[in-house]
Amino acid sequence: MAMSVQELEGLLREAFADADIKIEDLAGDGDHYRAVVRSDVFAGKSRVAQHQMVYAALKGRMGGQLHALALETGPKSP
Amino acid sequence: MSDAQDTIRNTIEGNDVVLFMKGTADQPMCGFSNQVVRILDHLGVSYADVNVLADQDIREGVKAFSNWPTIPQLYVKGEFVGGCDIVREMFQTGELKTLLAEKGLLETA
Repeated sequence: MAMSVQELEGLLREAFADADIKIEDLAGDGDHYRAVVRSDVFAGKSRVAQHQMVYAALKGRMGGQLHALALETGPKSP
Repeated sequence: MSDAQDTIRNTIEGNDVVLFMKGTADQPMCGFSNQVVRILDHLGVSYADVNVLADQDIREGVKAFSNWPTIPQLYVKGEFVGGCDIVREMFQTGELKTLLAEKGLLETA
């Protein structure tokens, strides 16, 4: 019931090739992360849609293998 | 599963603001749920709380309902607003208050 930073980043990188990705392991247990994902694919999308895209990238692991992922998403800063 | 979907739909349609959460508003059982409770209480909006820990079908059903894998989930006037991160972000920017005020759900705008 945990995931390495590398695995998490790999899944995000695979889905958001252009993204700036920053990941913090909040509790040091591989189960509570905070991720900032900035990608141009988020431009013009609602927050719910943006987070759903990230969850889709995690292919069902969110809520199961990964307990907590605090998310901040948005387009890349100009 | 379809019973759970009906129950979820009826709950969301029958209440202006619904929070699906772990625990109850009086006794949240998860830090993320607790954050949303505190925000809603701070804004002074009344809402229905649904404890997903009390019903496994609802717990899984609400995730399918919104295509959202985590709890808590906030619904306003039948629409999914978001989970903890989005609610907190919208609270901080004032968007949540604006949304609730626009829907006529706040006593004082």
